[in-house]
Amino acid sequence: MAEFKLPANSIVGKGKHFSAPAGAKNIKTFIIYRYNPETDKHPSTDRYEIDMDNCGPMVLDALLKIKNEIDASVAFRRSCREGICGSCSMNIDGGNTLACTKPIAEIEGDVSIYPLPHQPVVKDLVSDLSNFYAQHASVEPWMKTTAPVSPDKERLQSKQDRDKLDGLYECILCACCSTSCPSYWWNSDRYLGPAALLNAYRWINDSRDEATGERLDELEDPFKLYRCHTIMNCTEACPKGLNPAKSIAEIKRLMIKRKM
Amino acid sequence: MSWDDKRPMSPHLQIYKMPITAKLSVLHRGTGAVLFLGLLLMVWVLVAAAGGIDSWQTMHRFLSSWLGKFVLFGFSFSLYYHLCNGMRHLLWDMGKGLSLEQVHFSARIVLISSLILTLLTWIIA
Repeated sequence: MAEFKLPANSIVGKGKHFSAPAGAKNIKTFIIYRYNPETDKHPSTDRYEIDMDNCGPMVLDALLKIKNEIDASVAFRRSCREGICGSCSMNIDGGNTLACTKPIAEIEGDVSIYPLPHQPVVKDLVSDLSNFYAQHASVEPWMKTTAPVSPDKERLQSKQDRDKLDGLYECILCACCSTSCPSYWWNSDRYLGPAALLNAYRWINDSRDEATGERLDELEDPFKLYRCHTIMNCTEACPKGLNPAKSIAEIKRLMIKRKM
Repeated sequence: MSWDDKRPMSPHLQIYKMPITAKLSVLHRGTGAVLFLGLLLMVWVLVAAAGGIDSWQTMHRFLSSWLGKFVLFGFSFSLYYHLCNGMRHLLWDMGKGLSLEQVHFSARIVLISSLILTLLTWIIA
């Protein structure tokens, strides 16, 4: 049964306020989810006023400015700062996306930043994605073959077959899609979620892979696959512009097709 | 899903700004529940019809009242919305109309057509 409310230890309280330096004219307030497992009983939100005349354009720029100049204790993941590593995924202004590719100018009013929804919080904006990664591993995201190919030959693929992987191989496993999905919130112990299913489809749809049947067998399950109700939050959220909902629909179609 | 983690759960429904697609999905579930309850109403109508003139008139009086009409209006909208959005789901199940633009477009079509069908029904009936 879906539990819509937060557990008692997860209710978010009010936190500290950090004012902008005197003389700042272009102020934007960032409201950031804070939780330190060593000192806090409850999470809270701290408010940071930032002088936008002295800050980079992306949300990640503001986070780095806060960490460097105002409050070094803010914890978040980041690496490439150009939308390819998927580390800085978080909930910004009510939607999941990458902090590094989200322009601050797109957000009206205060900027609320929370960790990815419905996950265990390690610290501040860092959530524990172990389950998400385990689900990705469970679809065995590598090429499986039985036909022998001589060691000095490549496994060839036509251009048309290669084109079928566009929109699938670009997934960076940032978890924005899966953690935006209400079905995943209520059933992530059994439902694989959009990211794992898109990656499953990436191999199902690969002309060189020879395990399509086994892959479909593995997914034919009321929970693993069929908890998707085409809510479309995944596709709305994907910072890479991919369409996990479509991949899931294609897997469902293949399930029916192979029975006819 | 039970939460047996000692660490806090990050906020979800409390903070997520649901896109129109998600709102319509909730409405689909809600109208489905209304249709189920509406079936009980249909049973009442049948039982009343079988029970003779007195029971028929009691049922008829309720359905002609303000509250009864409101319930029927809600039921008819639920029926049309669930029907229209159900066709949208059938298209999706065929793998069609799943791009973001198409999904937003069909969202508007479904909302507008279910409203028009409901109003038409009430104007004609």
